Formats: sequence, C-alpha cells, structure tokens
Amino acid sequence: MIYLELFLTFLKIGTFTFGGGHAMIPLIQQEVLKNSWMTLEELINFIGISESTPGPFAVNIASFVGYRLAGVWGALVSTIGVILTSFILILIIARVLEKYKDNKVVKYCMEGMQPVIVGLILSAIITMGISVFFPNGIILNTLATIEFWKSTVIFVVAMFMLIKKVHPIKTILASGVLGIILGWII
Amino acid sequence: MKKKNNYLDLFKTFLKIGTFTFGGGYAMLSIIKREVVDNKKWITEKDFTNIITIAESTPGPIAINVATYVGYKTAGNLGSFFATLGTIFSPFIIILILSSILNVVSENEILSNAFWGIRIGAVALIFSVLFNMYKGCKKNIYTYVTIAVSLILLLVLDISSIYIIIGFMALRLIMYAFKSRKERV
Repeated sequence: MIYLELFLTFLKIGTFTFGGGHAMIPLIQQEVLKNSWMTLEELINFIGISESTPGPFAVNIASFVGYRLAGVWGALVSTIGVILTSFILILIIARVLEKYKDNKVVKYCMEGMQPVIVGLILSAIITMGISVFFPNGIILNTLATIEFWKSTVIFVVAMFMLIKKVHPIKTILASGVLGIILGWII
Repeated sequence: MKKKNNYLDLFKTFLKIGTFTFGGGYAMLSIIKREVVDNKKWITEKDFTNIITIAESTPGPIAINVATYVGYKTAGNLGSFFATLGTIFSPFIIILILSSILNVVSENEILSNAFWGIRIGAVALIFSVLFNMYKGCKKNIYTYVTIAVSLILLLVLDISSIYIIIGFMALRLIMYAFKSRKERV
C-alpha cells in the first residue's frame, strides 16, 4: 500500500538525518530512486524549487514526493512521517531538560556542544554563500563578475537591514524585490 | 495569559514564521528568534541558544525541532502540537499548489529573479543566527578551538555533524571530570 510505504520511508528519513533538511538530500535521493518513485532529474529540479518556497526544506520535499505519488493524502502521510520522530523526541527531551536544566553535567554538555553548532552554522553559510555568489563555480569572466557584484549589493542591503533590526520577514521581502529589479536592469 | 489563548497565539505566530521563511531551517531561526524572544518574550535569549543546540543534535528538520520545543516550553504538549502545525501549514499548502504548476514557476524570469534575491537575503539571515549562537558561547580557548576544528571536519572531511557534536560533548565532560577531581585533591 502506497500510503504506508510513503509514511515508513519518510519516517526513516526523518529519524536518521541530523542537521536539518539539507542533510536529508542524499537519503531522500537514495530512497526515491530505489523505489523508482521519480527520476533523478525530477528530484533535482524540485530541490531547486523547494529552496525557493517557504518552510522547512524537509517538509517541502516530503509533501512534494507524497503528492506526486499519491495525491493530497500521500503528501499528508509523508509529511507526518518526516516530522513524527523529531516531534516525539523533542517532547521527551524538553521534559527532561527543563527538569535538569541546572544540573552541572547537563550544563557542561550544552557548553561543549554550543561551539560545534557555531561551526555548523558557519559551514552552512560558506556552502550557501558559494552557491549564491558563484553559481557556476569560481570563474573569472565579465558575466560572472557582474553576477557577483549584483549578489553583493543584495547581501549588503540585507545585512544592513538586519543590523538596523528591521524584521527578518521584511528583509526577505526586500531581497526578493531587489532580485527582481537588479535582474531586470542588468 | 490563559492557555487557550496561548494555543491560538502559538499557532498564529508559527504560521507567520512558516509562511515567510525562505532558505530552509537556519534562516527560519532568525525569524523565530525575533518573534518568540524579542516580540512575544516567551523564551529568554539564553534558553533559545540551548534550544538551537538541542535542535541541531536531534534528528529531523531543525525548524520543526525548535517549534516543538518552544511550543512545549510555552504551553505544554498541546502547545508543541500547535506550534508545529503552524510551522508546516503554509509550506504544505503551497507545495500542493506548486506541484501542479511547477514548470510555470521555474521558467518565469521575474519569479526566478525574486527567488535569487531571496536566497541571498537568507544567507544574511543565517549570519544573525550565527552571531546569536556565538554570543551564547563562553569566550575561552575551548570555544575557539572547537569552532575551528568542527568547521574543518565538516567542510573538508565531510563528517556527519552528529558525530562531531557527540565527540565534543564527550570531550567537555572528560575535561569537567578531570577538573573536579583536581579540585577534590
């Protein structure tokens, strides 16, 4: 039965990937191709689209694959599958942690983990930064240079807005508008 | 605040967050922080740093993990449910609509320029999450070395984040054990 299959597959994907949506791509690719649910090209196209639609990447891709295979109900069971483990796990952890927040061992664990998270976020920035500033790899020609400066303008404006404590949603919308304007002029 | 209002408020807040987050979970964190820590004051800044740490160290989408945790801390089990539901509601509907008109979107020049701009804005948003997390860390040699080493492990050696997180957590505990033994002697 396709619903059960979708649910179990996305349950597995949600349970075994750490570090958020992008870490899920290899596993999703493997599962989708193994079951021949769609072609690699379709999947890659959609990964591009889902980076441009709002929401958690994992939820977007689960709904998409589910919908393609089994309609609205397919989308629903896939989405529930991909978030179920984290939901239950966080409920348990939150309960325990709120009780032992001031415990020394817990404090040291958190203290030990936090700098790693800084490293993780920094590595996400570098990976994402390269893909938006140098979409075709680091090459030096006129077109690539223009693209680079266009990206830099948007980035500087967005950073300035954030420093000025403008709401992040407004920053996102402004970046989109700037993207349209710069893409249209140059 | 009454709990019943709280559920609705949680749902509405996370609906807004889920609707306007582009660029994945990391970019979402900066919007969640603005709404939940700065505006609604449901969570303190220090607790938020801890929540991000937990969210990164547990499986599943980061945004869902954070929403679940914030919901629990604000209004218990049902709070978690409403916060998570709010987060995924709009993306889910949007994907259903998009799936049928996928090609129109990817070939429209204005839309693709807008999305290009949004992706760059998202990188800027992630910077603000980075500053917040860094502010929460103790400023000592352990922190600097850990950031540098984990960055190398992630980018150069491509090691899964969970092993790095567990490794450094164990290291910090061992350091703690040694320290407390010395103090006793």
